[in-house]
Amino acid sequence: MISSSLDVVVTFGAFSIETSRFLQAVIEGISLAGIYTLIAIGFVIIYKSTQVLSFAQPALLIMGAYLASYVSITLGFGFWVGIAVAILLSGFVGYLTERAVLRPMVGKPVFAVAILTIGLDIAIRVIVGDLIGVNIRAIGTSTSEGFGAPSLPWGSTPLRFGDLAGVGGVVIQPRVFAIVFTATVAVVALVVFFNRTRWGLAMRGSSFDQEVALAQGVNVGRVASLAWIIGGSLAGVAGVLAATSFTGLSQSSYLIALKALPVVVVGGLDSIGGAIVGALIIGLAESFTSTYQARYVPWLGDNFSQVVPYLVMVIVLIFRPYGIFGTKEVERI
Amino acid sequence: MSHLSRFTSYKHESAIFPTTPQRVWLAILIVAAILLPLFLVSLVDGRSWLILFATAFVAAIGAIGLNIITGFAGQVSLGQAFFIGVGAYTATALGSPAVLAADGSVELIGFDLPMVIWLPAAGLVAALAGVIIAPIAFRLEGLYLALVTLGLVFVGAHVFRNWTALTGGVGRGREAATLSAFGYRFDLDSQVLGFNITREQQIYWLMLVFLVVMAILAKNLIRSKDGRAFAAIRDRGVAAELMGVNPTKYKTLAFAISSFYAGITGALLFTITGFIEPTSFSLLLSIAYIAMVVIGGLASIAGSIMGALFIILLPKLIDLVFLGDAIDLVMGWIPGLGSESGEPPLTSAQIERILFGVLIIAFLIVEPLGLYGIWIRIRNYWKAFPFSY
Repeated sequence: MISSSLDVVVTFGAFSIETSRFLQAVIEGISLAGIYTLIAIGFVIIYKSTQVLSFAQPALLIMGAYLASYVSITLGFGFWVGIAVAILLSGFVGYLTERAVLRPMVGKPVFAVAILTIGLDIAIRVIVGDLIGVNIRAIGTSTSEGFGAPSLPWGSTPLRFGDLAGVGGVVIQPRVFAIVFTATVAVVALVVFFNRTRWGLAMRGSSFDQEVALAQGVNVGRVASLAWIIGGSLAGVAGVLAATSFTGLSQSSYLIALKALPVVVVGGLDSIGGAIVGALIIGLAESFTSTYQARYVPWLGDNFSQVVPYLVMVIVLIFRPYGIFGTKEVERI
Repeated sequence: MSHLSRFTSYKHESAIFPTTPQRVWLAILIVAAILLPLFLVSLVDGRSWLILFATAFVAAIGAIGLNIITGFAGQVSLGQAFFIGVGAYTATALGSPAVLAADGSVELIGFDLPMVIWLPAAGLVAALAGVIIAPIAFRLEGLYLALVTLGLVFVGAHVFRNWTALTGGVGRGREAATLSAFGYRFDLDSQVLGFNITREQQIYWLMLVFLVVMAILAKNLIRSKDGRAFAAIRDRGVAAELMGVNPTKYKTLAFAISSFYAGITGALLFTITGFIEPTSFSLLLSIAYIAMVVIGGLASIAGSIMGALFIILLPKLIDLVFLGDAIDLVMGWIPGLGSESGEPPLTSAQIERILFGVLIIAFLIVEPLGLYGIWIRIRNYWKAFPFSY
């Protein structure tokens, strides 16, 4: 470790940017981007295979996080059982959603299906919100320190660079590595799945043209189920990772999934690569705002960073309506 | 349509209320609605019923607005809460007096103008906001309006929380505009021709008048050229375009009208309670309006009114039919639900929200035409009685 300060102060007129603060914001941004990537890929996979924009992802996310918290801490099975249950059950609820609620809507107008997922979201979210209660919950393995400080498999010792007193230094929490690692594994696994497996081919086929895929013997119904299972599981994992932060799991944790919608729009609704780039753009924009806005433009109000993703989305829609990597839609009558 | 044969000309078919029975029943319904407060006021909790009905009438205006963009033009909008907020604050800034701080500076903006100015202004400012946002949302086909308006609700909520000179800020709020026209106060008990009229009765009648006016305007709109253009865009955007309907223009028009209705709702809604809290305009409010439209019936003006009545009266309905107990029973098996043992697992507000969701899903799958569709089926059954069709 370097003991001297990392700080180089760069000054542009009224603005001065210390490198440590800047780097810290980059790290926070990347950590957010990892979570956004997981959620956004869920949106994209569901959208590509079923043409449904799922507004139920927030509910699946918060449900996964709650289940992980309940199993790992309340029941005391530890982190790994907790996250496994979260992945399996949020995937299962995704499957149930598709089979029970969305299958009867095949062929109905797109806007009606979108409204239906909004209904689903609020119903699940109220129940999970009540289960979470007013207190903040945590995820991990209970330790002797008690309920509030569970241990996570990646420990709690942050990596520190620069001045250890905290001024002019950079701190990387271990969960940042866990998030980036999980997001990378998920992306690589999905890319391999789509390009190398039979089911991946079936999914690509039916996202290209459902009827042609059907004629080639692809079970389009199962493809839709699979898409919802993957989408649900990804939301569940993202929920667990989001809840490992200092702020833990609360009733308003679902908001992060709504902020992933701008990510999808920025990247392009039908592109996984776009989802990653979009997640980085939105994540960095959000963390830079929360780092610098209070100092330079305080009149924009507290927590302004929470609305930045939506503002970035609007800007992108003005200049690149199909997103950065989205394909232009060609419509037939 | 099965009833086409009843019409002898196109003009006849496209009339606002084409058949005589329809006109008669509508007249009976309106007379009943006018007379209802005379009966309700004698009930023990009559005042709360009157206020609920008045709230439902105002909400119905917003639901009609949402139905114009979502039901008729087929564009999902999650932004109703934002436009209601814009209407509410435009009305209160124009219609209530300014509040000065101790040192003479303006603490809350206010112009103390009469209702004839603040009510249309609330609608127009909301419509203007809609027109500004429309080009971003309608550059593409599809669900972009839902995404843009979702963002709008969050940005709006942020602005309402932080613009304390307008909204008073979280936890403080401010008083809504005063309900008075030409010197007559609707929000005070009064005497007319020797009859005692309560505040609640006056608000009820006033809101009923606004609802009837706005509903007839909407009904007229949807049978016009513009209304048919909305439906054409909803049913097949590209085909509509080929027939000379400019989708962007008509979507923008539908969105502006929808926002106007939401603005009027916002202006009136808070005059009933007299107070506006800046955190009221959340996504949940938008979802309540979506529930009204879906439960009442997509693309139906009468359905929007039924849906608004249903959602606003839902807490009373839950009490009446023990729906809450039933839901508690179903949910009771989930471990950890509810805070303490012996308490019911869910509060009535939570049950209400669950019902929003469940009813949205159930109606979309089973009865996409909503309560209006159920009513049509009942009517047709009795029309042909005793034959099934």
